[in-house]
Amino acid sequence: MEEFMMRALLSGIGIALAAGPLGVFVVWRRMAYFGDALAHAALLGVALGLITGWHMNAAIAGVCLAVALLVTWMHSRPEVPTDAALGIFSHGAMALGLITVALADGARVDLMAYLFGDVLAAGWEDVAWIWSGTAVVLLVIRRHWHDWINATIHEGLASLDGVNVARMRLIFMLLTALVTAAAIKVVGAMLITALLVIPPTAARPFSTTPEGMAVGAVLIGGASTPLGLLASYHWDLPSGPAIVLVAAFFFALSLVAGKKGRAS
Amino acid sequence: MTKQVDPGTPLDSGVVLEARGLSVSRGGEFLLQDVDMVLHAHEIVTLIGPNGAGKSTLLSALLGIIPLSAGRVNRKPGLVVGYVPQRLRVDPVLPVTVARFIALSTPGAPPPLEWVKRFGCDPLLHRPMHALSGGETQRVLLTRAMSRNPDLLVLDEPAQGLDLAGEEQLHGMIDAVRRERGVAVLLVSHNLHFVMAGADRVICLNRHICCSGSPTTVRATPEFQLLFGDKLPGVGFYQHHHDHQHTPRGVVREQP
Repeated sequence: MEEFMMRALLSGIGIALAAGPLGVFVVWRRMAYFGDALAHAALLGVALGLITGWHMNAAIAGVCLAVALLVTWMHSRPEVPTDAALGIFSHGAMALGLITVALADGARVDLMAYLFGDVLAAGWEDVAWIWSGTAVVLLVIRRHWHDWINATIHEGLASLDGVNVARMRLIFMLLTALVTAAAIKVVGAMLITALLVIPPTAARPFSTTPEGMAVGAVLIGGASTPLGLLASYHWDLPSGPAIVLVAAFFFALSLVAGKKGRAS
Repeated sequence: MTKQVDPGTPLDSGVVLEARGLSVSRGGEFLLQDVDMVLHAHEIVTLIGPNGAGKSTLLSALLGIIPLSAGRVNRKPGLVVGYVPQRLRVDPVLPVTVARFIALSTPGAPPPLEWVKRFGCDPLLHRPMHALSGGETQRVLLTRAMSRNPDLLVLDEPAQGLDLAGEEQLHGMIDAVRRERGVAVLLVSHNLHFVMAGADRVICLNRHICCSGSPTTVRATPEFQLLFGDKLPGVGFYQHHHDHQHTPRGVVREQP
């Protein structure tokens, strides 16, 4: 196997490993729109990274985190609905990012790579970033797994069981920011939410436990990467969209198979 | 620490929880103002009040789920609370069985078989939470609450969504638990019969405490009449002579 293909595979599978367990919470907590907002805001991070020379992943994670905190803070302002706040901050940050990139002498920057990913161009450093990010995400989720499920079912009941619900929300946002920063190389800002949302939803019809659903999400996400890359390689398709499309195909399959499974 | 910082008065024996000057505000508006109340072991206290009176808010504040804006809540040291929230709807996207849901509260402990049997949850254990009916959900919540072996059981309109028989059964269970375990019970109820017959004390809430006392004392107050006045004659178990009329808006008017 060619080395760039190896790196692309490792990047994609690394992301799938983190996106599965995190994505189930995104789906359970109905936070898909939140993930999307963070991903759009990530473009400001790209712009910051380009003009300041800061590390790109750190800049992206920083901006995602700032947006997450701003949105949380807006919770205390009942006159601004949460979904509107998300739209304002994410698209505001994205607009600022696009303008910054345009002003920064630019033109040389390939924004498409950040919008839709360029996993075939991933270097070993990207792979290292993704796998360290994944390790952090998996360790944190493993540690809080039961508490988070508890709080997802009912925050009041969980808090009586000793779960710190506010801290849980914050950690969850941190992790989402981290995964967004790590995944931007693989599928790009526009398609990150797909990796968080499609595999868990496709795994749902076959799952009877929360753990099963997370494992299913990892398997489906993990299978989408090599298949998408294969399609991308053979038919010269853009790699990020190819991966997402394979995942969407698995979802369609799960709709049909899941129905049959229930009927029998 | 000097005397100026109030360390919280030690609770009298038999008191499981007390609130002093408890206030909760949101957006500059008081949801609850200056609430004082005490709960004793072995006692069933019902909380009544119109919609928007702050009943659920008061429960959440007493349990420490939401922050107070003034006042304080003193709990008996080591107090264990079992809580049955007003509404629990588990999203069908989350595949979690009844057994798992109960176990989330007491990780590592064996399933509370006694309570599972008692509340008729054994056939439900392997069912997904989202597929339960309203009554089944209430029984599961009660099982989960009792599995913690609580000193205080807090129930927010536990009879919601139950038919009359289910409601009676539920109230019987609550009463039995109190008698056997000496658990203090605080519940929000709209069931007049239970308020009158089952409770030791009634607290009438409308953002502040309007009245409180034994059911018979509270029954005589205008606040109570306002809440239940229209229901009283029809229920049948409680006969009373109407010495006044109600205007269409519910205001009590002395009979001429």
